[in-house]
Amino acid sequence: MRRQYTLWISAGRDSGTAWFLGALALLVAVVTILNLEVPASSAFHVSGYGLTLVGKYLCYAVLALAIDLIWGYCGILSLGHAAFFSLGGYAMGMYLMREIGPRGVYGDPILPDFMVFLNWKSLPWFWYGFNHFAFALLMVVVAPGLLALAFGWFAFRSRVTGVYFSIITQALTYALMLAFFRNNMGFGGNNGFTDFKDIVGFRLDSDRVHVVLLLISALVLVASYLVCRKIVSSRAGRVIRAIRDSESRTRFLGYRVESYKLWVFVFSAVLAGIAGALYVPQIGIINPSEFSPINSIEAVIWVAVGGRGTLYGAAAGAFLVNYAKTYLTSSIPEAWYYVLGALFVLVTLFLPRGIVGLVSGRVRKQPKPGRLPIQTNNPEPSEE
Amino acid sequence: MRDKTLQLDRLTVSFDGFKALNELTLQIEPGELRCVIGPNGAGKTTMMDVITGKTRPDSGTAQFGPKLNLLSLSEPEIAQAGIGRKFQKPTVFELLTVFENLELALAGDKSFLKMLLARRTPPQMRRISEVLDIIGLTEFHHTEARILSHGQKQWLEIGMLLMQDPELLLVDEPVAGMTPQEIERTAELLQSLEGEHSVVVVEHDMEFVRSIAKKVTVLHEGSVLAEGDMNQVQKDPRVIEVYLGA
Repeated sequence: MRRQYTLWISAGRDSGTAWFLGALALLVAVVTILNLEVPASSAFHVSGYGLTLVGKYLCYAVLALAIDLIWGYCGILSLGHAAFFSLGGYAMGMYLMREIGPRGVYGDPILPDFMVFLNWKSLPWFWYGFNHFAFALLMVVVAPGLLALAFGWFAFRSRVTGVYFSIITQALTYALMLAFFRNNMGFGGNNGFTDFKDIVGFRLDSDRVHVVLLLISALVLVASYLVCRKIVSSRAGRVIRAIRDSESRTRFLGYRVESYKLWVFVFSAVLAGIAGALYVPQIGIINPSEFSPINSIEAVIWVAVGGRGTLYGAAAGAFLVNYAKTYLTSSIPEAWYYVLGALFVLVTLFLPRGIVGLVSGRVRKQPKPGRLPIQTNNPEPSEE
Repeated sequence: MRDKTLQLDRLTVSFDGFKALNELTLQIEPGELRCVIGPNGAGKTTMMDVITGKTRPDSGTAQFGPKLNLLSLSEPEIAQAGIGRKFQKPTVFELLTVFENLELALAGDKSFLKMLLARRTPPQMRRISEVLDIIGLTEFHHTEARILSHGQKQWLEIGMLLMQDPELLLVDEPVAGMTPQEIERTAELLQSLEGEHSVVVVEHDMEFVRSIAKKVTVLHEGSVLAEGDMNQVQKDPRVIEVYLGA
């Protein structure tokens, strides 16, 4: 007789995964078809702008997953994830700038326009290699990963936790913003990078290329989701939640809490960097304002609104809040930050588990102790 | 003669001039169940903190087993070496099930990558079943720990320590806040561990101490005031003075 341990984490949340992946597939399919197959004259046509919006939401959803992993599961509130997102974006932007080649305003085959404008004679060393797409992709991962590794190593080793950690991550992203604003940093100053022409030979002003970018973003979102799900449902994932719930207990059980935090933080930063790299070619611009502290805070609010510690809640929150932002900033722009603030306060007070908690709260009841089947006789190993 | 499990020698810890431990010397034999009592501020918790690496002493030595110097190890290293600690307040992982709590406490390599790829093996499952049985929570293995009663949480935490098969268990006030039935059950549990593990119990509840202890150590102002069996200790005039006031 085969008896199985089924853990509620997997049992209770598989339906969430199915809903999330299903809704995502539907959204992407509908948007793609309405753009490519429905003529522009029809009321159902999705414009290039619409495509870009959905693509942007998909990137934000990946960023939200990254934040949920570190905050929702490991309990570390990073208010600096926009920094990793932006670094990934800048790495992609550097490739796109070099891809412009002689088509820039000044027609210099090597130097991007802003360098010609600043009278620079040669390419700074850290721009070498970015003419290769593969190298840029590598940097998309390496740059945020290394920053997170160095920053996390110092912070976690010194046992900086809680609100102190949140504050220094805000300082980190603010410092990077100021640095990237400077012209002589070599990243285009306050204008950043824009006027991209193509990506690996495909013109960025074509809707079809944007459809492909959107599909890639969706695939990356699905892959990120599945990898995150794999991590949180592994034994390491349970250690991570254990750290969140009782750090010293975890330490006394013999786990190197700092090293766990560092792994999760670095992985989360890399994920944020990938999101940023997908964002830039679709939006067509990256500048230092992406580093601004408010961006990181907004991303945390997406996760809080959607429901942290579920992954799909974070992604759903990114879609919903950003849809609301797109809508409100075009109709009543001055109201947006008030709405955002009110949303955060209301969710914190009344919906600690976010929208997901509202939906699933009535469905998933805790089993009562004493009525559980006894399954520990000759248990056989099983994996969720 | 066998080696001592734990040897503390002239440990001194001071906080801003206050000596929490003052030349504390204490030995624990293998398989021994020892109760440590003493009034508030006697240094019981500080002693536990030093043994588990949370606090570093100003002077003195702490040796575990034949040759391990505890003062040179970090908290996780000490835990890995075979010292388990139960805190005063039950600290189990509330949002994990009883089973998962025990699973995380399994002995072995605890690096991130190992845990990421960890599979449940039959010996691990057997060990978890055994411990579930010892702590009497078999039927609750599937329950989230936050739903357990106070006493059950304490047992679960003891179970988590047992998962690591520690040589030495430090148990801080296990019966505080328990019902009489729970206290009785806890006494049985701790006594069942005697022989297999060395157990040090810090407790205020004298009746409980009397029910389980063969040997009692009384701490006062950071050093050992008296040591012996319960009756002996209770008749000691110095102990009476400390507890009842002169």
